[in-house]
Amino acid sequence: MPSAPLLLSQAFNGLALGTLLALVASGLTIILGTLGVLNFAHGALFMLGAYAMYVVTAQTGSYFLGILVGAVFMLVVGVVLERGLVRLFYGRPHEDQILVTFGAGIVIVEAVRAIFGANTQSVPTPSWGQGIVQLGFLFYPTYRLELIGIVAALLFALYLILYRTSIGLVVRAGIEDARMVGILGINVRRAFLLVFAIGVVAAGVSGMLYAPIVSVEPDMGSSFLVEAFVVIVIGGLGSYPGAVLGGLIAGEIISITSAFNAAYSEVMLYAVMALLLVLRPQGLFGSEGRV
Amino acid sequence: MSTSLLEVEKINSFYGDSHILFDVSLSVGRNEVVALLGRNGAGKTTTLRSIMGVLAPRSGTILLDGTPIQGRPPFEIARRGLQLVPEERAIFGQLTVEENLRLAALTAPKAWSLDRIYEFFPRLKERRRSGGRQLSGGEQQMLAIARALIRDAQVILLDEPFEGLAPLIVRDLVRVSRDLAAQGRTILVVEQNVVAALSFADRVYILNNGHMVWQGTPAGLRADPSLMKAHLGI
Repeated sequence: MPSAPLLLSQAFNGLALGTLLALVASGLTIILGTLGVLNFAHGALFMLGAYAMYVVTAQTGSYFLGILVGAVFMLVVGVVLERGLVRLFYGRPHEDQILVTFGAGIVIVEAVRAIFGANTQSVPTPSWGQGIVQLGFLFYPTYRLELIGIVAALLFALYLILYRTSIGLVVRAGIEDARMVGILGINVRRAFLLVFAIGVVAAGVSGMLYAPIVSVEPDMGSSFLVEAFVVIVIGGLGSYPGAVLGGLIAGEIISITSAFNAAYSEVMLYAVMALLLVLRPQGLFGSEGRV
Repeated sequence: MSTSLLEVEKINSFYGDSHILFDVSLSVGRNEVVALLGRNGAGKTTTLRSIMGVLAPRSGTILLDGTPIQGRPPFEIARRGLQLVPEERAIFGQLTVEENLRLAALTAPKAWSLDRIYEFFPRLKERRRSGGRQLSGGEQQMLAIARALIRDAQVILLDEPFEGLAPLIVRDLVRVSRDLAAQGRTILVVEQNVVAALSFADRVYILNNGHMVWQGTPAGLRADPSLMKAHLGI
C-alpha cells in the first residue's frame, strides 16, 4: 500500500494530467461533434505545439512569447489543414476521413523529425514556475501547480466561447444538426473552419504548456491521441462537459494506478472505459446516436 | 406570372438514382397560402427540400422574387427570405428555447425581437429556459414556426405542421397559420391532414408519384370527391 503523501501527490499529478487531457480532448470532441470528423492528426498537432514552443523559447527565451507565437502558428496550421485537406472530406465516409487525418499526422511527425531530428528537446520551465511549493501536506513542483490553474482557466475560456457567444451557439447547434443550422441561414462550412481551427489551437496549446515538464520529441503526441480518444468515449462523443469530466477521470485513474503499479495505469484506464461502454454506451454526457 | 413570389418551373429531383420529382411546377403568389397535397411518398417533402436547396434539383428553375435560387446552398436561400420548417421540426434539443430562437435570428437582416415572438407565442415565453428536448410536440412545432418568423421570412415552407399532434393543438396551430396568412406572409404548406390544410389555404396543388396532377381552389377540391379518392385516398 503506497503512503498517504504519495497518494496525495499522485492525486495532484492526476489533476494536472487530467486538465491537460481535458484540453486536448475538448479540441478533439468539438471537431468530431460538429464536423463529424475523427481527427487522427490531433496527437501530431499536440506535438507540433510543443515544438513551436521549443523553437520560440530557444530563440527568445520568453515563455509568453512562445505561447503567443505558438498559438498564432497553430491557428494558421488549423486553417491551412481545414481549407486544404479536411474540407474535401466532409461528405466522405468515416474511414476516408480517418485515413486522411492519420496520413496528415504522419506527414507532420516525419516533417518535424526531418527538421529537428529524433533527439528529445527540452523547453525550460519559466522563471516564475521554478522550484517547489510547500502546500502544508506535501511539496509540489511550482510549474505543475500553476499548470493546473492555467489549463483550468483555458477550459473556462473555452466554456465561455461555447456557451456565451454566438459562435458557441452555432457550434453547439452544429453538433446536433449541422444541416438545420444551414437551413437557418448560417454558413456552416465557415463555422466548420472556425471549429477546426479552435480544436487545433487547443491541441497545440496543450502541447506548449506541457513542453516544460516532458521531453519534447516527434512521437510524443501518439499516446496523448489514444488517451484523448478514451476520454471522449468516457465523456460522450461531441460533448464538451464530457471531455472535461472524462479528462479529469482519466488523469486520476492513470496517476492513482501508477502509485500502486505503473504498468497497470493504462490497463486500468481501458478497463474503466470498457466497463462504461457496457453500462452506458453513449458515455457520461453523450446522447445516443448523436455522432 | 410576374406577381409570383415563388415560381417553381419543371424541376426534376433525385435521391441517388431514384427519380422523385418529374417536371414539377408550381407558383405561390405574394401573400398567398398554398397547400401541396398528396399521398405518402408522392414527393411533397422532396418538393419543399428542393426549394430550400437541401436537395438540389437536377434540372428546372426556381425563382424567388424573380431571382433564380436553384442549386444555391440552403443558408443563401434562407438569407433571401425563404424558410423551411421541416417535418421532423429539427429543434436543437441541447439548446434552450431562447437559444433556438437566437440562433435562427443570427443572420436575419430584419430579425424580430424576442419579445415580439413571445407576444405571438406566449407559451414559448413560459418555456424559454427549457431545453428543446423537454418540449411537447406542439411546443416543438410552435418553436419551429417561431424560428422562421423571427427571421422575418417572407416565404415559409411548412412540412406537415400538424403531424402527430392532438386535435386541440392542431386547432391552435391552424389559428397561428391563419394569423400568419392574415399578416400577409406567404406560405406553402404540405399536409396529410387535408381538412386542416384546406381550412386556411387559398389554392391547392396535388402531387401524385412525383407528378403535379391537379391545381385549383379548396372549394373546387371539396366539390370533387373522386379527386380526393383518386389522389389522396380519402
